[in-house]
Amino acid sequence: MAQAFPFSAIVGQEEMKTAILIAAIDPSIGGILVLGDRGTGKSTAVRALAALLPKMKAVQACRYGCDPADTGGACTECTALRSSGHAPKTHLIPVPVVDLPLGATEDRVVGALDLERALSQGVKAFEPGLLAQAHRGFLYIDEVNLLEDHLVDLLIDVAASGENVVEREGLSVRHPARFVLVGSGNPEEGELRPQLLDRFGLSVEVRTPDQLADRVEVVKRRDAFEQDRAAFIAHWHKDDERIRKQITAGRKRLPEVSVSDAVRERISLLCATLGTDGLRGDLTLLRASRALAALDGATAVTIEHIRRVAAPALRHRLRRNPLDNAGSSTRVERALADLFPA
Amino acid sequence: MSLLQRAALAPDAVLAAALCAVDPVGLGGVALRAPASELRDDWLVLLKSLLPTGTLVLRVPHHASDSALLGGLDLAATLEAGRPVAQRGLLARADGGLLLLAMAERCSPNVAAHLSAGLDNQVVQLQRDGLSIQAPARFGLIALDEGQADDERLPATLLDRLAFWLPLVPAEADDEAPTFDASEIAAARAALPQVQVSDELVQALCAAALAWGVASLRAPLLALRATRAAAALAGLDEADASHATLAARLLLAPRATRMPAAEKARETEPQPAETPSDPPTGPPPEPPAPPAAEQPPNDEAPAPPETPAPEGDGPADPQALEDKLIEAMQAALPPGLLAALQLGQQRQAQAKTAGTAGAQQKHAQRGRPVGTRRGEPRSGARLHLLDTLRAAAPWQRLRHRANASPDQPSKRIEVRREDFHVRRFRQHRPTTTVFVVDASGSAALHRLAEAKGAVELLLAECYVRRDRVAVIAFRGAGTELLLPPTRSLARAKRSLAALPGGGGTPLASGITAASELATQLLRQGDSPLVVLLTDGRANVAADGKPGRSQAAADALQAAASFQSQGISALLIDTSPQPSDAAKLLADAMGASYVPLPHAGAQGLSRAVSLAAAPTTSAR
Repeated sequence: MAQAFPFSAIVGQEEMKTAILIAAIDPSIGGILVLGDRGTGKSTAVRALAALLPKMKAVQACRYGCDPADTGGACTECTALRSSGHAPKTHLIPVPVVDLPLGATEDRVVGALDLERALSQGVKAFEPGLLAQAHRGFLYIDEVNLLEDHLVDLLIDVAASGENVVEREGLSVRHPARFVLVGSGNPEEGELRPQLLDRFGLSVEVRTPDQLADRVEVVKRRDAFEQDRAAFIAHWHKDDERIRKQITAGRKRLPEVSVSDAVRERISLLCATLGTDGLRGDLTLLRASRALAALDGATAVTIEHIRRVAAPALRHRLRRNPLDNAGSSTRVERALADLFPA
Repeated sequence: MSLLQRAALAPDAVLAAALCAVDPVGLGGVALRAPASELRDDWLVLLKSLLPTGTLVLRVPHHASDSALLGGLDLAATLEAGRPVAQRGLLARADGGLLLLAMAERCSPNVAAHLSAGLDNQVVQLQRDGLSIQAPARFGLIALDEGQADDERLPATLLDRLAFWLPLVPAEADDEAPTFDASEIAAARAALPQVQVSDELVQALCAAALAWGVASLRAPLLALRATRAAAALAGLDEADASHATLAARLLLAPRATRMPAAEKARETEPQPAETPSDPPTGPPPEPPAPPAAEQPPNDEAPAPPETPAPEGDGPADPQALEDKLIEAMQAALPPGLLAALQLGQQRQAQAKTAGTAGAQQKHAQRGRPVGTRRGEPRSGARLHLLDTLRAAAPWQRLRHRANASPDQPSKRIEVRREDFHVRRFRQHRPTTTVFVVDASGSAALHRLAEAKGAVELLLAECYVRRDRVAVIAFRGAGTELLLPPTRSLARAKRSLAALPGGGGTPLASGITAASELATQLLRQGDSPLVVLLTDGRANVAADGKPGRSQAAADALQAAASFQSQGISALLIDTSPQPSDAAKLLADAMGASYVPLPHAGAQGLSRAVSLAAAPTTSAR
């Protein structure tokens, strides 16, 4: 893979960067939906983060890259191997980032019968698809709003359950597929079904920076990167290293971050005030606040953490007039200001 | 030879070819907008002559399959050999060379996505058919755009990544095109990495892009690279203002979406109407400029008197530089575009092409499976294994007897090309609801606001059903397509809200426009549904002349021709009392008739659902 643009060198887009870092600390947050203009560094940020994450240990012979320490959610082969008492051979692999191109067919996404082996050897074997490749990493879909609904549905299902179940062409396979789904799109080109919107964990809005200074900085950095990638990456290495440490420490701290009942109440109060459907909003806001606290190095979730992630966690869950384009973010902010005055 | 050929090319075209030859990978390439012509061939010959000898130029078919682009398993060879045989894709083979995308305006979104990814990553990562290969793919792309109409354009994702958007026009008589030869280009290529571009130039390029409403950040970045290439071409090791001016003219000018003066206004007064999720590609919030702007712009339009201050008080020099770039861009704008910009009509070519991308995916690769047919798994068709094997089964003994040597009988199943069966799919046809709104004086008097309200209710219905919508309005002398078919309900609502009322009722012209749009949608594979909101009282005839009786006759005739197209329609009578005129018209159109006074919100949406139902079940 060509070297990725350093994460720390991305100008602005704080909300998107925070959301991606939160997902890196707690992948169970659900997917991230990034809505906004073209060429704002959406894919750059995702790729950059994956390059920044520490390499992960994986079972060498495993087609799905199972975690050797994973006892509950490993694929059938790894589980069988472990129960037979063998210690699997491991190796270090980079965190995968898988692009789902527009127009991908379902069999490529979920996996299908291995044609070559079926034809040449007459063996019925499963050929893993993109979901298997994305296991323990990121699945990036550009223009998710133009993807067919049934595919988006399927992807979100797998992202939520962490398991891909294939029942087709006489195959019956299930394998782990835990990944962070990152979908991006431009709402001007078509909207996502509201049922699908709700199932993304976080939703962030990005815009092309309109400040000249920011724009100049983006162009300069990008150009410097293209001119001499190695030197540019070396220049930002220290900052990237700091973020890496922050993530590693955050992951370790996450289980210990405490959430007081008062904070839980506040979260429910906020969701109830905004009238979000179901409990997904409450749960996501809780998890996101906890992950943010872990990222910040805090030991307990505070109102401040809630305040910072409330908009991305809730803005796409508000019951809205489908024609009312504006206002979701504003409504969240207003509710925040009302309930928790600074 | 080359001298003669170059004589016909405009200087900018030659310059673009030379710059592209210097840095094809960095600049992405060229979107060449021209019909197939000798001029275009000349340009391509020129480009090839400038590139280092032996540079590969590969053609990409506009419906190339994934395996053709990315590479994959060579199925026939694999079957022959009995082991996986990989085949390299076009992107990998073009490494170090150029790709030539013919008929780029018809290029499928899938092809565009792969090409864009290739331009971004400069690497092809093949993970298909059990192969996992990574190959370098550093290429430039020449997209041959043969589109005629404005909305026939390259997919916006791809266009954004190409440096030059070149409409190929013949040179004026007094134009003198510069000439380059391959050795100059080779020297420039070698010198390119050492060329410095000062921060002031970068800042000026960014400011000029911002001033002209170029939102994408790729544009100034590409302009920066073009500046560097221009300096390298001139044999300098530091770029100066002239190179930046050239880059602004060639690169940023075609991307302009508004006048710098408008930008000034935007900066001074904050716009409360603009919502945070409003991307800059949408229609501009500014009201149309005064009609003075319609005069021929190249003579009349002065250089913008004030340019936006970049960031507070910078030194005087960058400001002057920026002005120079802005002026250079203005001079390079085609007259028609400049006039449009002055009117505040932002070009929506980008949004339009992108907006249709979702609906045009109607290849036989997706949807509900409806059996199989004999055929090869090419261009995305998927092999149906069971049927393939079933077709091969009866012949096994014969084939074994014919092939196998008697001492070693083959155990393998022999599958031949003629056995291949592929899946067939049928895709659900999306519905597009075309709203035709009577915005004439009589309707406005009565209840244009209520009609708008009704349309908004229906829009909400469409949102739930994932339909596309289009809005046509007619009033005064003419009919206007307010909103081309889109899924963006927000845009539909905005276009309606901005709709003024008043003027005559050119009913015939409205119905004709609706019928034209509907047939066009039918051709595209959509199921159109026309919802006409009118009081049925025509008073402008088809030829634009006033006259009640002629207008009514024309309207009925247009309605009859509408009915002959077999398009489902619904007429919502907006007159205060249900009128005979509207009822008559509905009958002539073959439309269901719903009088608005009796149609509550529920009734309306039910009526639309009923009208839509026959189209979906019939197909």
